[in-house]
Amino acid sequence: MARYALRIGALGYLAALLGAPVVLVGWRAFEDGIDAFLTAITTPEALHALWLTLIIAAIAVPANTVFGVLCALSIARRRFRGHGLVNTLVDLPLALSPVVVGLALFLVYGRNGWFGEALIDNGVRVIFALPGMVLATIFISLPFVVREVVPVLREIGDEQEQAASTLGASSWQTFWRITLPAIRWGVAYGVVLTTARAIGEFGAVSVVSGRIAGRTETMTLHVEERFQSFDLVGAYAASLVLALIAVATLVAINLLRPKEEER
Amino acid sequence: MSSVAVTTTAARRRRGGNGLALGISLGYLSVIVLLPLAAVLLRSLEGGVAAFWDAVTSPQAVSSLRLTFVASVLVVLINAVAGTAIAWVLVRDRFRGKSVVNAVIDLPFALPTIVAGLTLLALYGPRGPIGVNVAYTQLAVVLALLFVTLPFVVRTVQPVLLELDPDMEEAAISLGASRAAVFRRVVFPNLLPAILSGCALSFARAIGEFGAVVLISGNIPFKTEVASVYVFGQIESDDVGAAAAVSVVLLVTSFVVLALIGALRRWATRHDG
Amino acid sequence: MIEARNITKHYGEFVALDDVSVHVEKGSLTALLGPSGSGKSTLLRVIAGLEVPDSGAVCIAGRDATMLAPQQRGVGFVFQHYAAFKHMTVRKNVAFGLEIRKRPKAEVRARVDELLDLVQLSGFADRYPAQLSGGQRQRMALARALAVEPEVLLLDEPFGALDARVRKELRAWLRRLHDEVHVTTIFVTHDQEEAMDLADQIVVMSHGQVEQVGRPRELYDNPANEFVMTFVGEVNQLGERFVRPHDVEFGDGDEATVERVVHLGFEVRVELRLANGEELWAQVTREEAERLELTEGAHVRVRPRRAKVFG
Repeated sequence: MARYALRIGALGYLAALLGAPVVLVGWRAFEDGIDAFLTAITTPEALHALWLTLIIAAIAVPANTVFGVLCALSIARRRFRGHGLVNTLVDLPLALSPVVVGLALFLVYGRNGWFGEALIDNGVRVIFALPGMVLATIFISLPFVVREVVPVLREIGDEQEQAASTLGASSWQTFWRITLPAIRWGVAYGVVLTTARAIGEFGAVSVVSGRIAGRTETMTLHVEERFQSFDLVGAYAASLVLALIAVATLVAINLLRPKEEER
Repeated sequence: MSSVAVTTTAARRRRGGNGLALGISLGYLSVIVLLPLAAVLLRSLEGGVAAFWDAVTSPQAVSSLRLTFVASVLVVLINAVAGTAIAWVLVRDRFRGKSVVNAVIDLPFALPTIVAGLTLLALYGPRGPIGVNVAYTQLAVVLALLFVTLPFVVRTVQPVLLELDPDMEEAAISLGASRAAVFRRVVFPNLLPAILSGCALSFARAIGEFGAVVLISGNIPFKTEVASVYVFGQIESDDVGAAAAVSVVLLVTSFVVLALIGALRRWATRHDG
Repeated sequence: MIEARNITKHYGEFVALDDVSVHVEKGSLTALLGPSGSGKSTLLRVIAGLEVPDSGAVCIAGRDATMLAPQQRGVGFVFQHYAAFKHMTVRKNVAFGLEIRKRPKAEVRARVDELLDLVQLSGFADRYPAQLSGGQRQRMALARALAVEPEVLLLDEPFGALDARVRKELRAWLRRLHDEVHVTTIFVTHDQEEAMDLADQIVVMSHGQVEQVGRPRELYDNPANEFVMTFVGEVNQLGERFVRPHDVEFGDGDEATVERVVHLGFEVRVELRLANGEELWAQVTREEAERLELTEGAHVRVRPRRAKVFG
């Protein structure tokens, strides 16, 4: 009896909190008909927002992947001085408010920031332009590849790599032929999480982008802008696109999730 | 880990390579993370400690911080119970569609926060289909935070529940314990570190949340404005010092929470062999 | 004192127990012996109340326990992998059953001390299970089960997770404990040597059914069927006949060639091939082997004594 009550309670909670709202997005997006939806999705601003989102992700995700693998190797393979500091720094983006991240970048690269004048003198705009948004996205999506690869590296141990080196392989060969194939599913899972986070970023890019429609708006900023302009269909339409990407991410997450969690 | 010392040239080269990886990682982290955060800290103290204190204790700042912390604590308490219950149902119960439900738990991880806020507004706002309207209230803040922090307790408790030795519970039953006593004395103590970890993660996430809150709460100063929205407002009105000061409060809280999670992890494994 | 009557249990299509009936005397040490899948663990768990049978009845000390929850049966259960409460000290583990029953603190403390002394873990009271060896953990589990003075002690392959030497030590130790405490005990094992060593009565099971019940000597000397004879003790099969290796006599009888002589300390194992091609092995003492001058290739004559044939 208690089992059914618990099940109903838990599922009801989930339906009310997660399920219902998401279903509603789909419904609202098509409320004025399919034509209205398609129009909203294909405005120049919307298309630019989509393109910008993808460009940023295309830069941030590979950068964080390469860093993630290197950092994971450092953490997993040796205890070194500063081990704790690296761990904390890597975890920090998970615990920080994105607005604080935006502010931080603003203070370094903005007009009155540390590098602000030097950059402007050289004609480089970071804040209110693409580079700033990329930096913000890299910051907030930084931890995921590291966090997923470290346990995999710890589990497989370094004996295979030692064997490879006794057989004459250089560190690059060892890495490419032995280490990388062993961690590939951890990396894949981390990449999926990183991409989802990067595409979904709102707070940090909100601060650093200046939110100039058609110029420095990502999909998420576009949703807010449409909402503030009372274009609800536009807002829901863009949201639906993002929600569909999220569902695809969910599927990928569950296919790639480390199998120890399943029994 | 093997303790074999491999001292060939290849090994030395590999250690050198490791040093390179470490160097690159540290450099990347310094530029991307450390540098900007240092800038926030320094900017907050630019006018001296007095200016910092004034900024942090201004009525609007205090109000936003209080709302943020109270709402986050409330959300954490709800999550502790709901998250554990959901994890229990996912691990111990069997029903059709369970794997779909399990997948859906990650939705708040995958969905952009602004979309989450919009959908909550669509359902529980003024034009919502079920007639409930909590938009522009403090309840809305709690609702938004519940959405984005849902997965944390569930996902930290699940693996521990899966690993739990079922023999322990049967032993307790054979020794005369009722089901409630088994949960209280055997299962719960073993779940507690995971629950607390999940709570700490939820808390850290909740105090910084921006996108999910910004639409449904209305951001009314002194009423429904959370700390992150306050900081955003201060940046827009060019009071960067005040923004930095409140940011530091949030930063320090995050650091403390992270340290707590680390300590919890060590405490959780204290009984392991 | 413990009666299981006509117990049947299915798991889907799989028949774990098929109309099994077992009687256990008060104060005895009974073994449920059989290979994996024989149903012995299932039967033990049915007696404990951890499994509910599809049909049949369980009586404990004269009371019908079939519908009773495990908490109400007065059984102590010891698991193969100890089931230690890893978040509690040894003392708290052993005290658990008493604390559940809300006994006064002083009484609990005294009883725990008494039991820790009994299982020789007195110095370990404040350690955690992770800090104990496997053998120590199992002794703790026994103390824990005995703390509430159960009517019957049930052990599910209690030494299965331990290595060979520890297993033998604990076996002897359990026998001494039983002599001292006299709790009706039922234990499950797949190790026939263990069953023969420890038990007053052995219940041999296979495929969910009882093959034979009896004292160890009984089962060894008068096995009821082929399964019991081959499972309990070593055996040679010659066509329809089953012969114990130590019942193979040298001197008169069929012609055979010695293929191999293996010296196993005191015993010598002689592998033979009969003229008709059949193979068997004989167990002799060292003196006999020397006296008979058994070497590889030697031609001998052997006669199987006390051969059994089953219908």
